[in-house]
Amino acid sequence: MAEQLLEVDDLKVSFRTEDGVVRAVDGVSFGLERGKVLGIVGESGSGKSVTAMTILGLTRGVNASFEGEVKYRGENLLHKSESELRRFRGNEIAMIFQDPMTSLNPVYRVGAQISEVITTHEDVSKEVARRRTVQLLRQVGIPNPERRIDDYPHQFSGGMRQRAMIAMALANNPDVLIADEPTTALDVTIQAQIIELIDKLKDEFNSSVILITHDLGVVAEIADEIAVMYAGRIVEFGSTRDIFYDPQHPYTWGLLGSIPRLDEERPDKLHSISGAPPSLINLPRGCKFRPRCPHAFDKCIEEPALENRVDDPHHLDRCWLTIEEKRNLRDLTIHSGRPEAA
Amino acid sequence: MLAFVIRRLIGAILVLFAVSVLVFAIFVIVPSGDPAVRIAGKNANDQLIENIRETWGFDKPYYVQYYRMMEKTFKGQLISYTNQTNVLDQIKAGVPATFSLSIGAALLWLTLGVTVGIVAAIKAGKLSDRVVTILALIGISMPVFWLGIIVRYYLAEKNTWFPDGEYVPLTANPAQWFYHLILPWIVLAVLFIGFYGRVMRSNILDTINEDYVRTARAKGIDPRRVMVKHVLRNSLIPIVTLFGLDFAGVLGGGAILTETVFDLHGVGQYAAQSVRNFDLPPIMGVALYGAFFIVLFNAIVDFLYAFLDPRIRPT
Repeated sequence: MAEQLLEVDDLKVSFRTEDGVVRAVDGVSFGLERGKVLGIVGESGSGKSVTAMTILGLTRGVNASFEGEVKYRGENLLHKSESELRRFRGNEIAMIFQDPMTSLNPVYRVGAQISEVITTHEDVSKEVARRRTVQLLRQVGIPNPERRIDDYPHQFSGGMRQRAMIAMALANNPDVLIADEPTTALDVTIQAQIIELIDKLKDEFNSSVILITHDLGVVAEIADEIAVMYAGRIVEFGSTRDIFYDPQHPYTWGLLGSIPRLDEERPDKLHSISGAPPSLINLPRGCKFRPRCPHAFDKCIEEPALENRVDDPHHLDRCWLTIEEKRNLRDLTIHSGRPEAA
Repeated sequence: MLAFVIRRLIGAILVLFAVSVLVFAIFVIVPSGDPAVRIAGKNANDQLIENIRETWGFDKPYYVQYYRMMEKTFKGQLISYTNQTNVLDQIKAGVPATFSLSIGAALLWLTLGVTVGIVAAIKAGKLSDRVVTILALIGISMPVFWLGIIVRYYLAEKNTWFPDGEYVPLTANPAQWFYHLILPWIVLAVLFIGFYGRVMRSNILDTINEDYVRTARAKGIDPRRVMVKHVLRNSLIPIVTLFGLDFAGVLGGGAILTETVFDLHGVGQYAAQSVRNFDLPPIMGVALYGAFFIVLFNAIVDFLYAFLDPRIRPT
């Protein structure tokens, strides 16, 4: 069995706000093996970014409270002090953020910002850090890296900035790379390039990747496993193949149905999941997707556990429908191209 | 760079021209009476007034009067209508006091204002933040004429710990110069400290939430370095604009109240006096002097901005 790098166990993150306690993440568990790519998919407010940022301790604050475990190579990061955590940040676990336009400091040169992460964690001279930065920029596909290293962020295009962010994240050869919606702010043509780049570099750097996105299409190509999150929980977990070809949860069906497809007849209207995600302060009783679910029935008033309900033991979901019911209903959602609950 | 300077120079000339026209126009429009009557004094007869009108050129069309006034201004021959003193000499006499007051107070308010802002921002929401923020609010709320008089009364008159007003030239006696300026510096700086502290605090709190600060934290950088390099460096940029203009304002004679309360005989006090006497030439002189500093510091601020923020640096 491959080396288990990261293990998140029953992670709960909540924030005290003026309106009440926001349960942003409520009992999330997953593992990540070396060299694997885990996709975390869900819409805004599903807790995917909070989960990712919590791994690095970036959600800490006076109003935040945490439960569960985030184990990196056996060490629980959740209980590390800020200064202990700094050793991991940008070094063993690195992160790429959503908006490359704002994620780089506008007043410093791109190269200096990449070198900074090298000199923070390693005792190397500026020249060495600079040489490595040039090399990194070359690896992420920045043309003329010797010259572009002294550019300011505003002189880079959006795609180049995200490449620079990737270079920064990989600078210390991290074991785990967390990419939080790395393509959301980019043009569609650039999106594919960035995903391919991450896929290629994770092998070169022998890293594992957690790829967070709201777009199942983005993870389809590179993820080994996918966790679908809804309202701070994982509602379905399985291999990428299972999620795409044997999805068990109606929310996953909704997400799959929302991907525009070129290989099928064009529907009149792109499918969308009706309603909005629930407030994380006042969650609905039972299954959290119940109020939006066209297939909800009596039993859904009780929350289903995330457990294995199909033949494949690694495929987990939270839905009370029987396997037969699911098979019959899901094609309607995914392929009809219109909301089935008219 | 050269284009920048030329553009700025043209702009400066236009601004100064506009200021001079406006100041002159105000005197034409307001019903304050004839400058000739003013010059002639209380017991003048019509003949005397008529003579004065002719010799000073008040009988000429306004554009001629304006032209003559500008000519005199640039030749340094502008004469007060009230006491026939040379305006340029008067301004020159006021400059050392005004500059001493402005530079000292500016150093004080810039350092303390920024410090107060940083402390409040780091301790945001905590007791020390509240205390500092309330103190800053009190500082902003105290008008200079009130604070100045209170300070002067309690610290210089009732208790003679500090000299009671007046300016001592730096060249005459540096120790006394410093001693005499302590109270004026503090009084002038208090308002700005409160104001800068609040601006700085909100700048920092805005910057802390920037994505690039999160990136810096995710890199594992020590929090102090994150604060100084990534947060402060960016939150200081707007302070530069503010400081440039405020500093130009007081250098240009804007510290009228402080100068008057402490009787420093600076340019500001001279301006106040001239306004009270409704004396056009000195008002014109001081207005142009003040406008000059505003224009100059505007250009300096723009230049510094390009230096501080690479995004607006010409490539």
